[in-house]
Amino acid sequence: MRYLKNVVTLELNTDKCLGCGRCWEVCPHGVFEPDDMKARIKDRDKCMECGACAKNCPLNAISVKSGVGCATAIIKGMLTGKEPSCGCSDSDCC
Amino acid sequence: MSECGCGGDPKEIRNIPTELRFGDRIGALKVRLGIGRDSYKIPPGLYSVGTPNGTSPVFVSANYKLTFDSLRKELGGLDCYILILDTKGINVWCAAGKGTFGTEELVNRIAKTGLSEVVSHRDLILPQLGAPGMCAHEVKRRSGFNVIYGPVRASDIKKFLAAGMEATPEMRTVKFTARDRTVLTPMEFIPGMKLSMLVFGMLFLANFIAKEPFGTHDLYIYLGAVIVGTVITPILLPIIPVSAFSLKGWILGVCWTAYAVWAYGWLPDDLLTAFGYLLVLPSLSAFFAMNFTGASTYTSFSGVIREMRMAVPIIFVTIAVGAVLLFIGRVI
Ligand code: SF4
Ligand code: SF4
Repeated sequence: MRYLKNVVTLELNTDKCLGCGRCWEVCPHGVFEPDDMKARIKDRDKCMECGACAKNCPLNAISVKSGVGCATAIIKGMLTGKEPSCGCSDSDCC
Repeated sequence: MSECGCGGDPKEIRNIPTELRFGDRIGALKVRLGIGRDSYKIPPGLYSVGTPNGTSPVFVSANYKLTFDSLRKELGGLDCYILILDTKGINVWCAAGKGTFGTEELVNRIAKTGLSEVVSHRDLILPQLGAPGMCAHEVKRRSGFNVIYGPVRASDIKKFLAAGMEATPEMRTVKFTARDRTVLTPMEFIPGMKLSMLVFGMLFLANFIAKEPFGTHDLYIYLGAVIVGTVITPILLPIIPVSAFSLKGWILGVCWTAYAVWAYGWLPDDLLTAFGYLLVLPSLSAFFAMNFTGASTYTSFSGVIREMRMAVPIIFVTIAVGAVLLFIGRVI
């Protein structure tokens, strides 16, 4: 299954990376792969912006704007001017 | 396991069974249907399975009963510990997104339960889906414990242990099977129906003055569109050959509405009603389908925002124009 193309905010700074392997350990969509002792983005469009890789990279080599939200929460966020947040328990959308 | 779990010694280790009882399954069903979901928490703390000793593995999980049940039923025959974090009764993935399944809570819970005296090793096995909330290197620095991310699905735990705590790429990948999608649909349909009560109220009022009152056919065509958006589209998700969720819902919505306006005779007898519904209902299905991006496990937030920028204005305009046609055709 694939979602929209060329839209995700994932960035990898290969200069900082030391190839510890955390990113390919945590990514639920196999976005990273090892390449010559460093991480490489294999399939960017598969990224769901969960933020796991960025959070667990000990060298801060990865950045991604993460967020979860269902449409209702995002519209509410747009209307109220607040950060859209999907209340997993409150609005029961996930 | 004490039924209450309130208060008590934070260092108490409760032994738990690995078989689910009938009551657990009924409870699970109720949660899926959104009944009494909030009271489905278990007390945080340290639990044991079998007769573990200082070298037994430690699994970390959330204090949402469904999560806890799906973990413990995979641990039959093992001797191990489960460290339950206080995630406010929310599952691992959602709690990680909110940060309650996070570094802070884990480090504190390790200290409160005295885990470092219970086991001699320094390894914790976390569910991989908890990773968005955790900073593994921070946990290590602050508590001395190593974080090992286990497989995505609890059912792979034994294979994972047998392979020396190595997960295959298969075990690391999130799937979104027809079954996964189907169990989520009640939580799409029920809020959808709550919203629909407003519509029913308006139609009921309109019927006082309507020249062609709204009847059972109107109810069926409308309910059909809600079901198409909240249930059918999620289930058929990968088969519909476009990537935007709203478009998927819209396509199926058009199919349903076109069939129903013909079957109920509005086409060709009452064109205002027919075209009114053809504008309103596919957009309604599209909206509900788009909402499913919140539950799906492969949509990116940036992608959802892009989709919504395109879809939301079109949805609102078509619904408004269609509603005007219906009003002209049926009421005045
Ligand atoms: S987690 Fe960071 S340092 Fe480790 S391999 Fe990935 S990018 Fe490189
Ligand atoms: S944000 Fe999540 S899905 Fe995207 S690359 Fe990182 S771990 Fe993978």
